[in-house]
Amino acid sequence: MDTPGTEVIQGTLDMLILKTLSLQPLHGFGIARRIEQISRGVFKVNPGSLLTALQRLERRGWLSSEWRETENSRRAKYYALTRAGRKQLDAETADWTRRATAIARLLGTEA
Amino acid sequence: MAMWRQLSRGLRALMHRSEADQEVADEVQHYLEQATQARMAEGLSRAEARRAAQLEIGGVTRVREAVRTSGWEHAIETLFADLRYGARRLRAAPGFTAITILTLAIGIGATTAIFSAVNPILFQPLPYPDAARLVMVWEAFNTGGRQQGTFGMYADLKERARSFESVAVLRPWDPTMTGQDQPERFAGQRVSASYFHVLGVSPALGRDFEAAEDRFGGPRVVLLSDALWRRRFDADRAIIGRPIILDGDPWVVIGVMPRRPENVLAPEAALWAPLQYDLTEYSWGHHLRTVARLKPGIGIGQATSEVDALGRALAKQHRDAYGSNAGFAVHALQDDLTSGIKPALLAILAAVTLVLVIACVNVTNLLLARGVQRRGEFALRAALGAGGKRLVRQMLTESLLHALLGGAVGTVVAMLGVRALIALAPPGLPRLGAIALNGAVFGFGLALTTLIGLAFGVFPALQAANSDPSRELQLSSARTVGAHRTTRGALVIAEVALALVLLVSSGLLLRSLQRLFARDAGFDGSHLLTMEVQVSGHRYDADSTTVRFFQQALDAVQRVPGVSAAALTSQLPLSGDLDEYGVHVELNPTDRVEAGSTFRYGVSPGYIETMHIPLRRGRVFAEHDRAGAPLVALVSESFGRSVLKGMDPIGQRMRIGPTTGAPFTVVGVVGDVKQMSLASGEANAIYVPESQWHFADNPMSLVVKARGDAASLAPAVRRAVWSVDKDQPIVRVAMMADLLAATAAERRFALVLFEAFALAALVLAAAGMYGVLAGSVAERAREIGVRAALGATRGNILALVLRQGLTLTGLGALLGLAGAVAASQAIASMLFGVSRLDPLTYAGVIALLLFVALIACSVPAWRAARVDPMRTLRTE
Repeated sequence: MDTPGTEVIQGTLDMLILKTLSLQPLHGFGIARRIEQISRGVFKVNPGSLLTALQRLERRGWLSSEWRETENSRRAKYYALTRAGRKQLDAETADWTRRATAIARLLGTEA
Repeated sequence: MAMWRQLSRGLRALMHRSEADQEVADEVQHYLEQATQARMAEGLSRAEARRAAQLEIGGVTRVREAVRTSGWEHAIETLFADLRYGARRLRAAPGFTAITILTLAIGIGATTAIFSAVNPILFQPLPYPDAARLVMVWEAFNTGGRQQGTFGMYADLKERARSFESVAVLRPWDPTMTGQDQPERFAGQRVSASYFHVLGVSPALGRDFEAAEDRFGGPRVVLLSDALWRRRFDADRAIIGRPIILDGDPWVVIGVMPRRPENVLAPEAALWAPLQYDLTEYSWGHHLRTVARLKPGIGIGQATSEVDALGRALAKQHRDAYGSNAGFAVHALQDDLTSGIKPALLAILAAVTLVLVIACVNVTNLLLARGVQRRGEFALRAALGAGGKRLVRQMLTESLLHALLGGAVGTVVAMLGVRALIALAPPGLPRLGAIALNGAVFGFGLALTTLIGLAFGVFPALQAANSDPSRELQLSSARTVGAHRTTRGALVIAEVALALVLLVSSGLLLRSLQRLFARDAGFDGSHLLTMEVQVSGHRYDADSTTVRFFQQALDAVQRVPGVSAAALTSQLPLSGDLDEYGVHVELNPTDRVEAGSTFRYGVSPGYIETMHIPLRRGRVFAEHDRAGAPLVALVSESFGRSVLKGMDPIGQRMRIGPTTGAPFTVVGVVGDVKQMSLASGEANAIYVPESQWHFADNPMSLVVKARGDAASLAPAVRRAVWSVDKDQPIVRVAMMADLLAATAAERRFALVLFEAFALAALVLAAAGMYGVLAGSVAERAREIGVRAALGATRGNILALVLRQGLTLTGLGALLGLAGAVAASQAIASMLFGVSRLDPLTYAGVIALLLFVALIACSVPAWRAARVDPMRTLRTE
């Protein structure tokens, strides 16, 4: 936990969740795992923040949830992206890209 | 949509809290299992994997809490928890809660009620457009007095005064309406055509008077008040243009005035007609009130100097019309209306402010005591993990709960207070109709007390949050040092002092009222029934028929069983009648003595005897003093003293009013009678037989002396009058005793309020004193136990506590005395026959205060004396 650099960048957790769920519905731990794997361990998701964020996103209508059986026949709460969620993901992705490009430009890594 | 989902999910979580909690718990549990399995897949043992997973998650409970508290519904849950807890705290200390809420309610309620009443009278502008420009104009004497204007003055002002945009005059007019089922006399006004234009009010229905209508012999047109229109004409719009019969003549209704703004110059006026002044008659009678509107940009001072100079110039020109040494005075209309009542209202306002201050001090005191008692509780909650924010929030909730309850009860107190004020209001109180509960003041009182509640409620919580819980917990175990004891002592001293100020003020007012009623009115008012009888209609155009009617009515009344004596008078003492004449006594053909304004009573023979006015010299009127017989008059003692300066009044010849015609010869001297009020000084008075007067007075007042209960005679007396002519209205039926009481109505009004405030202050101060002593005894139980164990007797301990209480009282009383001496200045104008430093009042009040303080101290003292030394020592 104390290892520097594993905190999700402030304000991007929502976008990362939406992106992860755009591929397929997942339960909480699955989302955390997926983010960790795809970011190759750069980001570790705090479960408290994750579950709180899931509740928030669901209430905003970007996610839908459903209790169903897992592959090893346990009950788990699966989250899926709604149409509004997909729109939100597009908007956030566009916004992020715009910012990231600007920062990259400022740092001189891109001509 | 999203909003809806937020709301519905939150509500569902609120309604089904346990289900929602379970769901979160399941999800977290599942997460933990998945994480554990992932670790096991990495090769860890089950136990190790679980530990690692738990470490990674950082505690299942914490995650659950994080999810649970993230929704908006959580804030509401906390609020409800706070409220529940707060309510439980309030219920746990019912005495404290009741006293606090009652104190708040009295403070807020009384202040709101008084400000609500005083605001429209003194502070709010009058309900007319540009009301600051409205002024009254009077004829003013160099001596400081003033009198009503004349028609000549009105004409001069209209023509020559440049400060005024418009000028109007008005005089009372009491026509009788007939033609309906019952004759009814109305209070009305004859006004110059410009009257409503000056005020800036237009009829709600129909039209205003036209200038052309305001001439002698002009058309009979009349404007109705909204109240009369609704009461007698069922708000019929078709009344416009139709005639009503007033005093036997048809008057055409041309309009109806709006309900608002109310008429401040004559609130009771039900109808208005043009002045239509008869200029062929003497136009210099002082019986017109003059109201004017200043031109924009002209101040009162500017107008006064211009108009006064004009008045002085006019007085030089027409010596016969204007008094010598006279000018004109200009007063703002609002000041003019309120000048009489203003000192009383300001004193009452100051008194209620004191009550509010005492209430605030009391609440502060209570909360300080409470804070000390609750230190242990706060420390415990802090030790159990409540953060400073949470503690402060809890106290905020409790304070707001107090304020809310106090405010609610205070609203009731204020509403009842305003009602009581209107019921109690003396007749002279202007703008009674405009009194309404004042939200701003209520808000102010509520905000003030809430802030105090917050400040003194939150302080101990903050203290607890910032200090070491373990130390506080130890301290709170009955050994708390009364850190606030000095502060609380000082607060009690302040309360006692403020209460004393109010007690002395109301004591002085009470003594004034006693002195006033001990005063001799100059006549015997017991068993005396009075009523006013008026004749109207063309039947009475000739004076002789009027005189005959009154003579026959009087005869009929005297025959009523139970009547021991009855008489008529043109003006009735203490009824508000005011009829003054200039009188000059002709000492010899060349030497005249002028008596200024003198009350003139036109009376039937027998009046002096019926009223039991003492005859000092000579004789009273007899039946032979009738029209055609030599003119005779009686004078009052003070007339003899001040006008004739020691000369024998009997046989003096004098002229009353007009300077021509036969003079009246004085045949007797009678005692002085209070005409305007019991408080008024001696006034010159003359009596003449009604049958010898220049004209027939109308209306006349009937005074009836009863053998037994006078009030029960009223119907029979009324029937007797109506047996002569059933169309003549009888008004103002009153017992003389009530008229006597009414003359002190303003003083009584102030007294009742002061007594109420003083009582509230005394009770609050006593409660504060009790609170401090009881707290101190509880805190010092150990010390007292030790003292008792070391041989102190119960008497010693009783004295110990009493000494503490009486020291506080003594210091408070000393401070209060100084304050009372200063404050009595404010009510000096309301005092009568008693010095504002009246030693008897001060001594009595201090005795009362000491007595109440003693009671407040005795309970805690008694409790202290009963402390069992063994028990207190054993608890150590």
